[in-house]
Amino acid sequence: MAGPMRTLIATRRRTAELGLGIVAILITVAGYLLLSLSKAPALPADFWGFLAFVVGLFFVAHVAIRRFAPSADPTLLPLVTLLNGIGFTMISRLDLAAGPDSRYARTQALWIAIGIGVFVLALAAIRQIDTLRRYRTIFLVLGVGALLLPLVPGLGYTANGARLWIRLGPLNFQPGEAAKVLLVIFFAAYLADNRDLLRSGTRRIGRLYLPAPRHFGPLLLPWASAVLIMVQQKDLGSSLLFFTVFVAMLYMATERSAYVIVGVAAFGLAAVIAYNSFSHVQLRVDTWLDPWPTAQSNGFQLVQSLFALGSGGISGTGLGLGRPDLIPNAATDFVFAAIGEELGLYGTVAIIITFLLFVGTGFKIAVQAARPFPKLLAAGLTTIVGIQTFVIVGGVIRVIPLTGVTLPFVSYGGSSLIANFVLLAILLRISDETAIDAQAEVEAEVRLETAGARS
Amino acid sequence: MNHAVRRAGYVVVALLLILVGQLTYLQVFDAQSLQDDPRNSRGYLRSFNRPRGEIVSADGEILARSSRVDDEYGWQRTYPFGDLFAQTVGYQSVVVGSVGIEKVYDGQLSGRDLPVEPKDLPSILSARPRVGTVVLHLDSRAQAAARDALGGQRGSVTVLNPRTGAVVAMYSNPTFDPQPLAGHDTRAVQAYYDGLTNDPTNPALPRAYREIYPPGSTFKVVTTTGALDTGVATPDSRYPANTSYTPPQSDRPINNFGGRQCGGTLEDAFRQSCNAVFAQLGVEMGERFVPVIDAFGLNEAPSLDLSPGAEASIGLQPGSFDLNKPAFALAGIGQGEIATTPLQMALVAAAIANRGVAMEPHVAARIDDRSGRTVERVRERRWKRATSPATAATLTEFMISVVANGTGTAARIPGVTVAGKTGTAQAPGGPPHAWFIAFAPAEAPRYAISVIVERGGSAGDEATGGRIAAPVAAKVLRTLLQVP
Repeated sequence: MAGPMRTLIATRRRTAELGLGIVAILITVAGYLLLSLSKAPALPADFWGFLAFVVGLFFVAHVAIRRFAPSADPTLLPLVTLLNGIGFTMISRLDLAAGPDSRYARTQALWIAIGIGVFVLALAAIRQIDTLRRYRTIFLVLGVGALLLPLVPGLGYTANGARLWIRLGPLNFQPGEAAKVLLVIFFAAYLADNRDLLRSGTRRIGRLYLPAPRHFGPLLLPWASAVLIMVQQKDLGSSLLFFTVFVAMLYMATERSAYVIVGVAAFGLAAVIAYNSFSHVQLRVDTWLDPWPTAQSNGFQLVQSLFALGSGGISGTGLGLGRPDLIPNAATDFVFAAIGEELGLYGTVAIIITFLLFVGTGFKIAVQAARPFPKLLAAGLTTIVGIQTFVIVGGVIRVIPLTGVTLPFVSYGGSSLIANFVLLAILLRISDETAIDAQAEVEAEVRLETAGARS
Repeated sequence: MNHAVRRAGYVVVALLLILVGQLTYLQVFDAQSLQDDPRNSRGYLRSFNRPRGEIVSADGEILARSSRVDDEYGWQRTYPFGDLFAQTVGYQSVVVGSVGIEKVYDGQLSGRDLPVEPKDLPSILSARPRVGTVVLHLDSRAQAAARDALGGQRGSVTVLNPRTGAVVAMYSNPTFDPQPLAGHDTRAVQAYYDGLTNDPTNPALPRAYREIYPPGSTFKVVTTTGALDTGVATPDSRYPANTSYTPPQSDRPINNFGGRQCGGTLEDAFRQSCNAVFAQLGVEMGERFVPVIDAFGLNEAPSLDLSPGAEASIGLQPGSFDLNKPAFALAGIGQGEIATTPLQMALVAAAIANRGVAMEPHVAARIDDRSGRTVERVRERRWKRATSPATAATLTEFMISVVANGTGTAARIPGVTVAGKTGTAQAPGGPPHAWFIAFAPAEAPRYAISVIVERGGSAGDEATGGRIAAPVAAKVLRTLLQVP
């Protein structure tokens, strides 16, 4: 099967990946260098170590792709490297402001290394995308379980007003991040199997055809539990994210815009109910509508974020020269505002463009995939990254009410990094498989033609 | 399915593009107001935790410098001259914000807005921060002379270079010590600041450019200029001796000072400051008086490089003559609706001294870097053309005669021709304000001055501009002209 033509595609793609990766590394290293120069006119003591670390990690991931998914898309890893690099540089910068005892950057470096490790493992373990489809029920149980885990007394605890953490010895983990990927796999598998049934509704309500509850039920279960638990855990951002991704996948699987209409209506209703019954939701919305009267209290975070972005202006203050440490939670939820202050509009738009390229590539992989399951899976995972970016950035720059989710690949935080690296591995696996299948088809045609010519 | 996947993709892309739109709004269009918001602590934090440049007087005295302190900021401002420059140099305060030169030239003092040249690169990369020294036109000797000449009386002295607009001295009394405001103990600073604001004498108010008073007879310089320029009078016009003038639409006569008879030529009337004549001129000019007043800069704040800036002086409302002729009569003698800052009256004197052109006033002369190299000069700008060189020359003659043998003889300086005009301005609620505006030497003016002593100072009800304000001007001019 590994004919000379497949090798050609693989070679071309991997060479491109290497080149793009080097560009991403150069940008990261230049940023780190500039950051150090803002403090002292000398190379930072850990410069060569840092360089080796960045180059080393990229090459581990790159070689793993060469080995396990050689025909996969060449742009995703460099894009992630860039996001990771800018995020890490910003976290180092916040460490610098926090003083010599601040160890965020070291921890983040460790998590990136673990993330790459998990990425390699995932690529090696998931040799065929259909493996995931086979275990969909397990993923459903794991996903729902992960969502419920923080509610277990003694295990879960509350941070920043949301109960979405669990503590295992010295490790803190946000299982919601894992649930995200697990449930999307389940959705994709379930929808791929039942899309025809969901498309042709048997019950008619007005102009809407609804499928039999038997087919619809399994979809409601994760959705309902997700919403319920998010309300219980006060994690609005994840709730919004789950819901949007769910509706998007349902729409993509069935091509029935009725689902979108029902979904949006249901969301609107839920939003109104939530606004009226939960004080923390009300607070978020009111702060979003006008943060200025409460600039010293409830609106403080958001106002500081806007100050940071405005002070950055078009070109930013320069790395190490602003005051992003004035923004609360600058390393996690508000990392985008910190970037906006020191790198300016150039930096923020560059980050958005990077996400646009990632999302574009993700959807391209989905469109190219031949079978429904990988198609839906790729589209679902990509939607997660896109919507999560919109939810957190939109919250930080006051497009929508602020809800705490991480900026994929950029924010500080291990759970999110690991989950996103697994997501990346799955996307690459789908891309690789699609390329191989397409190649096999071409080769089959060539064989047929040769055979025809012979006869 | 691909159709729906593409559509979903477009929606996600559209959402991300909304973010770009909002970012552009925040970081381009709204950026300045977010930066300037007083709740945004970035501006002052940037300025406080590092040394900034010195503020130096024209004669080389250090008026403000950064000193090391052992607290979270590490640096604090020191003002060696205490209260002498408080209302010009200002202060930099963590607690109550910054004012004066400290605020206007913050970018240069902190090094943020210093122009950069390639050869500055080594110093930029060195750990030593690059800051600018702001060199002022203010002269510490003239400033001290102003303080001494006022001798504790409330009022102010403003000295300009009429050719350039440079502010050579600007001192208001009462004043305050800015040093406690530069401290870092929030409660102590706030208490001191509240004390200043609640003080009934209002020492924090820079009277010289922020307070407006009726200018009284010093305004006859403007009236006379207008009368000559509009053709209502010529230098040879003669006025019968009268004790008062009653404007149309009114039965209240405007009396000469002390009810004296006076008249004669326009110059005689100017020298003796005959109210009746100038009130009449105000009415004779009528509506044409308004643009004359505006040409000297009233009704518009001059752009002074201090923060808060100069207050606008109040002239006459265009189109109001037919309704309110007495206001034009009163304006002729600098009373009624007219209210000016002492700075504005110094600009009136400066305009006559500078052949009819008032230059824009500015306190700072230039910005030097640490090595003493000048990196930026404050530009001289023409502010107003008040009158023609010919009329200015006539006014100069008139003003010389005021000091030579009129109401302003107390401003005579041996060996120097002084051109001046006195004013004794009535204001409700107390004794009159004593005014004097002048420039010297009259034949090649180097200094234009305005002096006001509020409420007659030590003389109270007995005060006149000639008796109380003119000697103050003479003392300051003597110091500047180095006449013992």
